[in-house]
Amino acid sequence: MSVSTIEGVPGVSPGTPVSPEKRRLRLTTKRRNLIAAMLFISPWLFGFLVFTVWPMIYSFYLSLTNFDNINAPRFVGLENYQRMMEDPRIPRTLSNTFQFAIMSVPLSLIVALLLALLLHKATMGTGFFRTTFFLPRMTPPVAVGVLFLLLFNGHQGLINQLLGLFGVNGPNWTVDPFWVRPGLVLMSLWTVGGTSLILLAALKDVPKELYESARVDGAGALRQFWSVTLPLISPQIFFVFIVNTIGALQTFSEAYTAFFGGGADAFRNEGALFYSIHLFEMAFRNFRMGYASAMAWVLFVIIMIITGIQWAVSKRMVFYSGDS
Amino acid sequence: MSATTTHDTPPASTKLSRRAKLRSIRQRLTWRQAFNYLMLLACSAIFIYPFIWLVSASFKPRGQVFDNRLIPDTFQPENYLTVWQAAPIGRWLFNSILITALAAISVTISSGLVAWGFTYFQFKWRDRIFGIVLATMMLPGVVTMIPQFLIWSGIGMVGHRAPMSGMMPMWAGNLFGSAFYIFMLRQFFRRLPRDTFEAARIDGAGNWRIFWKIAFPLARPAFIVTLLFEANAAWNELQRALIYLQDSSTWTVPRGLASIVARFGAGGGGEANWELVVTAAVITTLPLIILFFIGQKQFVDGIATTGAKG
Repeated sequence: MSVSTIEGVPGVSPGTPVSPEKRRLRLTTKRRNLIAAMLFISPWLFGFLVFTVWPMIYSFYLSLTNFDNINAPRFVGLENYQRMMEDPRIPRTLSNTFQFAIMSVPLSLIVALLLALLLHKATMGTGFFRTTFFLPRMTPPVAVGVLFLLLFNGHQGLINQLLGLFGVNGPNWTVDPFWVRPGLVLMSLWTVGGTSLILLAALKDVPKELYESARVDGAGALRQFWSVTLPLISPQIFFVFIVNTIGALQTFSEAYTAFFGGGADAFRNEGALFYSIHLFEMAFRNFRMGYASAMAWVLFVIIMIITGIQWAVSKRMVFYSGDS
Repeated sequence: MSATTTHDTPPASTKLSRRAKLRSIRQRLTWRQAFNYLMLLACSAIFIYPFIWLVSASFKPRGQVFDNRLIPDTFQPENYLTVWQAAPIGRWLFNSILITALAAISVTISSGLVAWGFTYFQFKWRDRIFGIVLATMMLPGVVTMIPQFLIWSGIGMVGHRAPMSGMMPMWAGNLFGSAFYIFMLRQFFRRLPRDTFEAARIDGAGNWRIFWKIAFPLARPAFIVTLLFEANAAWNELQRALIYLQDSSTWTVPRGLASIVARFGAGGGGEANWELVVTAAVITTLPLIILFFIGQKQFVDGIATTGAKG
């Protein structure tokens, strides 16, 4: 009992004989504790009902209406969803978003893991390296968008000047609708430091004896990584994989700042028109809030499906590694 | 540490003498170590370079922004004065600091209370309800974005005439806790020894007193991490600023920077004033860099633990 952590009912020790009066007392204590517990969690409870449950229900209702934020919502059934099927911008923005996520999530995971491995092997100066790797994560996404416009500028940008040193004629990253997504992916790699530190913490938790015994069995460095390191850090890998996927599918600020903040048409780059940006413009620029709500629900369902698949896969993978 | 993990020694392939073998291993190790450090330094340079580039460009005249020199050819610190006069940056900084402070403090207190409620007390369906807390972390923000706007405007919190000039929706949602921090703080509370609270209870301390006088001080490191993380997130927030902050006098710095990009960047029409955009970007980023160096250890340790129970 003395070493147990905070679980169980406060104030109740097991094994003591209970007299009738005490039982009554305990009941009231129990009830008082329930009230106290509810008071402690009441901020979340209130916020959950008012700012999550109700908005979800209402947003589904709005998706079945035409609503411009001035006149009352007018019920139109599934018309918004039907119109989404006919809107060429929906498949285009979905494709933009998926292309970005499919490139950025695995790539940033690999880069983050490589950085974590480098950090893990170092014995001196780890504090310095951790700081420099993490610092870009502090940069506001708006400023990252600005950096993207400048560093990836097709004519004078640093990236193309570096490529020029190797005789490569770099693409027009910020203008060419095809190259803007790979450019944004490369830019997003700059902020992998956070993911890297999560994986580094996982690497540190791998027991050293496992490497010893793997070496006794004649496993080389690569084999050790594949059979010991990777399975043991797989929970954290899947954690960042899921979180980063949800984040990538909702990417907004960098591309919005770089291409859609001004409203000047020449400035826009349709290749960077991600789903969230399109949704935001529909809701708060064009005030087609019913249509935007339908878009939001479609994204919600897509994210739920993808997350569900990832959970199913991750469960099997993690279990598999623990089994072998 | 790396000595034990990187090299592999086939036990029966020795033609060399023992000493020569050892020497070769040591050499191989130092080479690997050297390579490792070289890579680390190269990566550090890549991560740091954009900052240096940005700061250096902010001191350059218009024509030299893209010259990629680390030391400006012509030193032009007036950029800061120009951008300060061209846009109400002082006002934006004030708004950002106010919103960030309120957001961080309110989410820390509310999430702390809720996390304590889910740790210290045992009640029916506690773990199931906590499962719902965790599930809300996966919820994409766009689903609730529009109705939340309607709620805030419905209770008169949006617009220049609203309380705090309409800045309330930028932070007041944090009064109700945030799933991620509730989870993080609960992880911390669970590790606190239970006897401390038992002893206090026997001494007659009530639930509130136990939380406020014992748990809160003990969990201070976790609360500092929460404060810092939320300060970072609140400072960076753009989407909500675009939705709620309609008058430029109520903008935050990132919202202002987005408009400076639109006004002075390539899309603004006429010649692009990149030196002003760059200068504003430095002003937007600098407060966070300062915050990072104040709470460096907490940031780095905090981010490492977020994946710990993933």
